[in-house]
Amino acid sequence: MSRSPKDLEGAHRKLSRRALLLGGLQLGFVGGLAARMRYLQIDQADQFRLLAEENRINIRLLAPARGEIFDRNGRTLAHNSPSYRIILVPEDAGDVEQVIAKLSELIPLPPEDIERARTEISRNRPFLPITLADQLNWEDISKVAVNAPALPGITPEVGLTRIYPQLDDFAHVVGYVGPVSDYDLSKLEAPDPILRIPRFQIGKVGFEAKREDTLRGTAGAKRIEVNAGGRVMRELDRKEGQAGADMQLAVDADLQNYAQARLGGESAAVVVMDCENGDLRAIASAPSFDPNQFVRGISVADYRMLTEDPYRPLANKTVQGTYPPGSTFKMVASLAALEEGLIGPEDTVYCPGHLEVSGRKFHCWKRGGHGHVDLNTSLKQSCDVYYYDLAIKVGIDKISAMAKRLGLGIRHDLPMSAVASGLAPNREWKSRVKGQDWLVGDTVNASIGQGFMLASPLQLAVMTARLATGRDLSPRLIKSIDGVEQPSGAGEMLGLNENNLRMIRRGMYSVSNDRRGTGYRSRIIAEGMRMAGKSGTSQVRNITAAERAAGVISNKDLPWERRDHALYVCFAPFDDPKFAISVIVEHGGGGSKAAAPIARDVMLQALYNGTPPLEAYPKGDRSRIKAQQERLERERLKRAENPDSDRA
Amino acid sequence: MSYLEYNAKSTPTGLRKILYLNWPLTLLLASVAAVGFLMLYSVAGGSFSPWAEPQFKRFLLGMGVMLVVALIPIWFWRNMSILAYLVSVVLLLAVEFFGTVGMGAQRWIDLGFMRLQPSELMKITSVMLLAAYYDWLPPERSSRPIWVFIPVMMILLPTFLVLRQPDLGTSILLMAAGGGVMFLAGVHWAYFAAVIASGLGLVAAVFQSRGTEWQLLKNYQYLRIDTFLDPSQDPLGAGYHITQSKIALGSGGWSGRGYMQGTQSRLNFLPEKHTDFIFTTLAEEFGFIGGLTLLSLYVLIIVFCVVTALAAKDRFSSLVSLGVAITFFLFFAVNMSMVMGLAPVVGVPLPLVSYGGSAMLVLLAAFGLVQSANIHRPR
Repeated sequence: MSRSPKDLEGAHRKLSRRALLLGGLQLGFVGGLAARMRYLQIDQADQFRLLAEENRINIRLLAPARGEIFDRNGRTLAHNSPSYRIILVPEDAGDVEQVIAKLSELIPLPPEDIERARTEISRNRPFLPITLADQLNWEDISKVAVNAPALPGITPEVGLTRIYPQLDDFAHVVGYVGPVSDYDLSKLEAPDPILRIPRFQIGKVGFEAKREDTLRGTAGAKRIEVNAGGRVMRELDRKEGQAGADMQLAVDADLQNYAQARLGGESAAVVVMDCENGDLRAIASAPSFDPNQFVRGISVADYRMLTEDPYRPLANKTVQGTYPPGSTFKMVASLAALEEGLIGPEDTVYCPGHLEVSGRKFHCWKRGGHGHVDLNTSLKQSCDVYYYDLAIKVGIDKISAMAKRLGLGIRHDLPMSAVASGLAPNREWKSRVKGQDWLVGDTVNASIGQGFMLASPLQLAVMTARLATGRDLSPRLIKSIDGVEQPSGAGEMLGLNENNLRMIRRGMYSVSNDRRGTGYRSRIIAEGMRMAGKSGTSQVRNITAAERAAGVISNKDLPWERRDHALYVCFAPFDDPKFAISVIVEHGGGGSKAAAPIARDVMLQALYNGTPPLEAYPKGDRSRIKAQQERLERERLKRAENPDSDRA
Repeated sequence: MSYLEYNAKSTPTGLRKILYLNWPLTLLLASVAAVGFLMLYSVAGGSFSPWAEPQFKRFLLGMGVMLVVALIPIWFWRNMSILAYLVSVVLLLAVEFFGTVGMGAQRWIDLGFMRLQPSELMKITSVMLLAAYYDWLPPERSSRPIWVFIPVMMILLPTFLVLRQPDLGTSILLMAAGGGVMFLAGVHWAYFAAVIASGLGLVAAVFQSRGTEWQLLKNYQYLRIDTFLDPSQDPLGAGYHITQSKIALGSGGWSGRGYMQGTQSRLNFLPEKHTDFIFTTLAEEFGFIGGLTLLSLYVLIIVFCVVTALAAKDRFSSLVSLGVAITFFLFFAVNMSMVMGLAPVVGVPLPLVSYGGSAMLVLLAAFGLVQSANIHRPR
């Protein structure tokens, strides 16, 4: 087509004009883009940077190492040991069932664990790891690691678990830990986020539970970079947590070990208290159990065995169990009377075998009676009628007050589970709690530690230590925390008349060392180590008049649960008391027979630091003691070799 | 002055042509491509594979193509326009029947050594054809309805084919670039006003048709529009692209986190980090300064194209240079608007930077046309 140059000239100018117009529009748009970029990158940079950090950074808590627990000599009672567990990420595993099947060919997987894992898998999102097996040993974990290529989604992980090397011996003192349960969390108002770490262990019972705050430590944290899929790319930094405080208990593991063994198969408890500072050298309750079972996760059958055992292995009888103190209470009653000046050492009471109080007959344990009885004889031979008479003179309120001064009926604050406060009743208590008036018969019963009177073995040990020293000793369980010595339990003087105390102590000395004393057979004959004690036998049933007429049935003919409790309290050496001990053998029969030998044996162990010479025992006992020591030693060795066979 | 009046003797010949290459433009193109290599190296976590190295090879190939195109006289290309256009249309039809489906859309033909996206080729051949058309058409007729109808059909045919793939981004680019060339050629502005008005009507129709039997777009395209309008509505679902893109971009700040220090793209928070969203990595690692630098390079490239066009003595050279400039502008303008949350996510790469062979080759070939116009300008 032909066209004129003029037209073309015009067209070119138009094109240039429009090109510049379009270029201008484009520049304007570019300016808009730059402005938008500036807005996002400069004005809103902080906000987006924050979002970016949130995008990529996850914070994972690091469990702190739990504080370890030692005895007074540095023997380990509880420590942490690496434990291996197997983690499964369902998303990575693909066919979960197949992986589990393969894994169970390699290592033992209990069916209930698999079941639990299955429910967790169905509940959680597929990229969240779940624990398939816990508490594995090195051998099992190596097997898994070697076969890792065949096990997609499976990773071995190392954590810390609690180990109680002393097995049964400290189950009641130290207690045990376990994984945090939903119930634990529900009890707390604002649970520490650390508790949400999977499989985090917290104290469940005993010292572990009571001093949880000190033992736990504080969580550390690591910041990790994750990608959009939640996969961990790298660790950015980590702040280690603060490990829990190490605790040293006042308990002597060797003595505890001996005491536990000495109690043997009885349902019994023994408390050894240091008379100088209140340290609890041993605090043993039998039968016991292996706390490691609970850490691992106890089987239903094993747990049922523990709960259905009539000897109640789970109960800590030393502080939880309260019993009528029986005749071991007589020191309290007589001291109350002495302090009131109502009796003198030479005053006698005639014991015909019973005392009639407001028309009711109260019997002495000795049917024929003790004849004329003074204070010393009343303790030595444990005459009941003497105390019936004395208690009526003194009155229950004075006796109750004295009991409390000596540590009965009040709660001693120890970091252990369910520490009982016992009961030292008075008029006010009965009218408040029972809504009844106090009867003189109640006083008579209380005078020999029966009726409403209740005390734990711990309280009886405290009572004995206070009588032995005249000081307001209080029990101490924690010797030091992270090397810092804790306040001693050596209290002020109680302000009791020293002469009166001396008379009580002499009476207790006679119990153990006088040929006619109830504890004579379980005495210590080494000079300078002589022991002072008091037996007690507390009834758990009422003896009816009919029964009495037919002749009281002796303990050994009764079913176990109706037999009397046997008690014994003692301190030694008499001249310079070092240890106070209380022993109770539930339904053990007579205190002098069942409890006194245990108390004496434990006392000698304590006095001679684990190696008492045979010469300290009465001649007649030596061969039996020798055999017993050898037997205990054998058992100890066997246990040390094969810790699990003990109480599986 | 039509090309018939060219004084062939006054244009450079032989190897002297190389001296007349627009070297600053060549250098600018190389710099932008280098930015691309840097970013591809970074998003691969500091590795030449899988993106930086192939991209570099394609760039070298593309530069070769550009040189060849540049050395061939511009009038040859004008004569070839109609053929190039037809080949592109045939290829588009081939994609329709033999194409490979990728990312839910049918876009390329596997040639064995590379995958060819005919829609990319179409962007440039349609511009060429329009330029040739207006070079042929006497300017005084350009606003007559019949002569307007023809180029509109030239534009709508490929647009329709591309939209069927479906590739909304490219369709918009084709229409906008074609419209731009028509505007430059002197078509009366009233036509454009009418088109814009009816375009708005079409947008309304698109929204109206949603959920009905005659739905104009695919569901995912509607979703993209929805999330563009309100990305916060579903930040982990459909709005994820835009939200994450803005986070990465915004967290760059003034000077960025430093090369290879970007977290968002490298940790896969960003989808398509090596293709459509590569600008966010640049902005995250080099900040506002880095983003502005790239934008300036782009503007300079356009400025050189416009200068070439204004200096050109024939309509084809002018229009093809400006058409290439418009296409190039539309590429980066749409891409950047998209990653900055100003436009819906339509799948337009960042020119010369995003990973992708077809776009790189076609763009460099297009700049070859600009170079050729520059070399073969009568002096």
